[in-house]
Amino acid sequence: MLSLMIVDDSNIIRRKIERCNDSDAFKVVASAANGLQALELFKQTRPQLVTMDLTMPEMDGIACIQQLVALDPGVRILVISALSDKATGIDALKKGARGFLCKPFTEEQLLEALTELTQD
Amino acid sequence: MSEQTLQVFIDGVLRYFQHTNDKEVKVGTPYLAENQNPAAYDVTGIIGISGPYRGCVYFTAPRILLKHLLLSIGESDTSNEHIFDLVGEVANTISGNARSSFGHEFMISVPVMIEGAPSHIHLPKQLRSYVIPVYWKSYHAAVVICLEQ
Repeated sequence: MLSLMIVDDSNIIRRKIERCNDSDAFKVVASAANGLQALELFKQTRPQLVTMDLTMPEMDGIACIQQLVALDPGVRILVISALSDKATGIDALKKGARGFLCKPFTEEQLLEALTELTQD
Repeated sequence: MSEQTLQVFIDGVLRYFQHTNDKEVKVGTPYLAENQNPAAYDVTGIIGISGPYRGCVYFTAPRILLKHLLLSIGESDTSNEHIFDLVGEVANTISGNARSSFGHEFMISVPVMIEGAPSHIHLPKQLRSYVIPVYWKSYHAAVVICLEQ
């Protein structure tokens, strides 16, 4: 079972992502409300997968992706953001994300995106 | 503000509610409002906008709508904390989705959540806002756009 860290400043979204794990395909090992908190928790828990919001206080998602990839180039990061323009998606991929899911999303879309991430 | 600009936010409202379990949402005819008397319900999520457009976009709704909306997205905890979280998340989603039309230079802030109406700090008095009425279930809410180019 793959370990997952959820990063989003919305507790509702963090809980929604946790609820999607009905197939027990992954185990949530950490949950962070901003990039700085995510970095600390990443060092402690070393998750294999990360879902990452972009617009967050303290440290935004793009900066956090860069730091996570520097710590572990093998980490698989799925960006989940309302920022729906192509340039943002391309920038996140260039910084090391492996996938992009636009908010709002359904449980089916999230599971599909996470499955793709695990098969990457 | 052009009709196309308003349509981007109308599309964002429709898209958000179509991802809930109660997809039936209607949007009324947008109208202009004076910022000295801003449109507001119980709780408001405000997004600051910078770049080629400057100002703010906010989503405002009664608590009862937000409680039902939480349930409709599968969230059983309808506490005050989650009501504020949700109103910010709706505002963030509608504003963030607008970047697919306006591009990455349309910069959005993290949401600020308040009770009631935005103050003059958020809404410059000299500007006017477009109010987009939102009808969902038996409730009324609004997305308000206050932008200058």
